[in-house]
Amino acid sequence: MSSVVEQGKAAGRVEHYLARFDEERARRATEPAWLVARRAEAIARFAALGFPTTKDEEYRFTNVAPIAGTPFVPATPGLQPPAGALAEHLYDTGTAAQVVFVNGRYVPELSSSATTKGLQVGTLTEALAAGADDLEAVLGRIAAFDEFPFTALNTAFFEDAVVVRVAPHAVIEAPINVVFVSVGGDRPAISFPRLLVVAGEHSQSTVIESHLGFGDLADFSCAVTEFECGPSAILDHYRVQLERPHDYHYCRQQVRAGRAATFISHAFSLGGAIVRNDVGGELAGEGIDCTLNGLYLADGDTLVDNHTAIDHAQPHCASHEVYKGILGGRARGVFNGKIVVRQDAQKTDAKQTNKALLLSDTAQMNTKPQLEIFADDVKCTHGATVGQLDADALFYLRARGVSRADARALLIRGFAGDIVNRVRFAPLRERLDGWLLAQIPRDDVK
Amino acid sequence: MLEIKELRGGAEGREILKGVTLTVNKGEVHAIMGPNGSGKSTLARVLAGHPAYEVTGGQVLLDGRDLLEMEPEERACEGVFMAFQYPVEIPGVNNSYFLKAALNAQRKYRGEPELDAMEFLELVNDRLRVLHMEDDLLRRPVNEGFSGGEKKRNEIFQMLVLQPRLAILDETDSGLDIDALRTVAEGVNAMRSPDRAIIVVTHYQRLLNYIVPDYVHVLSDGRIVRSGSKDLALELEQKGYGWIEAGATA
Repeated sequence: MSSVVEQGKAAGRVEHYLARFDEERARRATEPAWLVARRAEAIARFAALGFPTTKDEEYRFTNVAPIAGTPFVPATPGLQPPAGALAEHLYDTGTAAQVVFVNGRYVPELSSSATTKGLQVGTLTEALAAGADDLEAVLGRIAAFDEFPFTALNTAFFEDAVVVRVAPHAVIEAPINVVFVSVGGDRPAISFPRLLVVAGEHSQSTVIESHLGFGDLADFSCAVTEFECGPSAILDHYRVQLERPHDYHYCRQQVRAGRAATFISHAFSLGGAIVRNDVGGELAGEGIDCTLNGLYLADGDTLVDNHTAIDHAQPHCASHEVYKGILGGRARGVFNGKIVVRQDAQKTDAKQTNKALLLSDTAQMNTKPQLEIFADDVKCTHGATVGQLDADALFYLRARGVSRADARALLIRGFAGDIVNRVRFAPLRERLDGWLLAQIPRDDVK
Repeated sequence: MLEIKELRGGAEGREILKGVTLTVNKGEVHAIMGPNGSGKSTLARVLAGHPAYEVTGGQVLLDGRDLLEMEPEERACEGVFMAFQYPVEIPGVNNSYFLKAALNAQRKYRGEPELDAMEFLELVNDRLRVLHMEDDLLRRPVNEGFSGGEKKRNEIFQMLVLQPRLAILDETDSGLDIDALRTVAEGVNAMRSPDRAIIVVTHYQRLLNYIVPDYVHVLSDGRIVRSGSKDLALELEQKGYGWIEAGATA
């Protein structure tokens, strides 16, 4: 009975988005036909899929009813984040470009454009106005939305996107910093951050992507990031999601990698009421090396759900995944690591590890590896551990004079350090350590 | 410095210490010997404040203050140091970072200025030399992947850096080859001073050839059944613990 009501409510909210899509028809009139068509496909797919419920296998442990049930309004353009709040996500020096989007729109005053040869960083609007015709094959194509309702929703509604293009053979040593900010108003708002990175053949680059939230209401940031990692390209990616404990966040991150490409991604989920990350890699050429690592932290009544999916379609590819979670209070963590090894993908080497640290008796972790192997000469390993802070280690540190609180922080940072220390851009690594320390779940013991 | 009076306690509801009484003065080195299961390590852990051990009776005073009331970190800051029988491996926590945090926590407690990175480095390099240790140890995670001997040496190294007033060595000799044993003993002997006291907990007399104690006590079934000079250790070595245990029950 109640589930019928729930379904009815969810359907009602789907209507809400369909109506909005109709209202925005005029805005889309300036877009190229392929994009208009793609958005139409997306909204149709969203209408067909609806919001997921816990009856969907992919959302078994993640109830998005609070998201489905909120009549979000479009995030208001022009709202300002609190003064100085962005400073710790921007860099005075050492970046190749910085782009700030607030509520889905480009803020030139806060951004600095790329001057490095071989690098283009700008908005989709600009790129389309300049007649870019190479985007049709990637935008909304890498992150397929057939089975992903939130990806469909983003594709139907994103106002603008950040487009990063690295020319073939270009080596961009300094990172490209992309910051998405959602600033809430007096009603719960939804924003659709969208990032597209196209790394040309034999290029090398680093992209930092941050998602921040400011406001008192439960806003929803529904983000999609696509990477086209060309043959032999090396692409380093860092994602920092640091919203407030009442915000909702969805992230779809999908890479399509070409022959002998190296893609390394580190995703940090550091705050939000419901955070769902769908992280995927399509290894579409031989000899690709793909790393998808993650660190997540949750406290109070929050939930972080990481669903990763790596598709080994070609032989001789390696994939590495290390996900680590720190859960306090009544927080819940979900990890689902899917690895598909197709029939042709011989000599695949896939390794997956998920470790969760529970800091309270009421925190919970649901973890599941999901291996689908159709080739016979492959190496696939997976391991999951869920544990608590080591009482002996805690005592050892205290016995040397370190206070309980500091000893606890030291151990938690030691646990997280495995991921944090892999961040190669030192200023980001140092800041991450600080954010982590500030977000460490409070102590259960008096 | 340390007064243990009729101390009783144990773990998991089992009483292991059944009334230990011992006084240790400044400048003294005491050896506590005894057979397996006699309560030697329990005594060391109770003194360090291990949360798995429960005190059910008696009293321990450190310079007249109730030691048992103090948190483990407070005991450390008051100058009590236990070299662990089984040092804990702590992945992800850098040895040098940990030791600096510990030293500065203790200095802060005592109202002394914290050491900066340079001062700390100078201090630890000096202490490493005493123990003939390589400085790559500092960059490794605490005890992770250390051999048994390296772990024990790391304990003594920490002691030399932290300079406790009261050091309790819990079977630091076990698992050490003779070279390592000598090195460890050198480190401990370097600590001997009129202001410090050292308690050496050991099963074997061998260590006491290198760290010569002022007093030797024999612990049996949770009580000190015999105390004497360093000659007592030699006697034990010759006659075995059976001799004492028989005497204790007689």
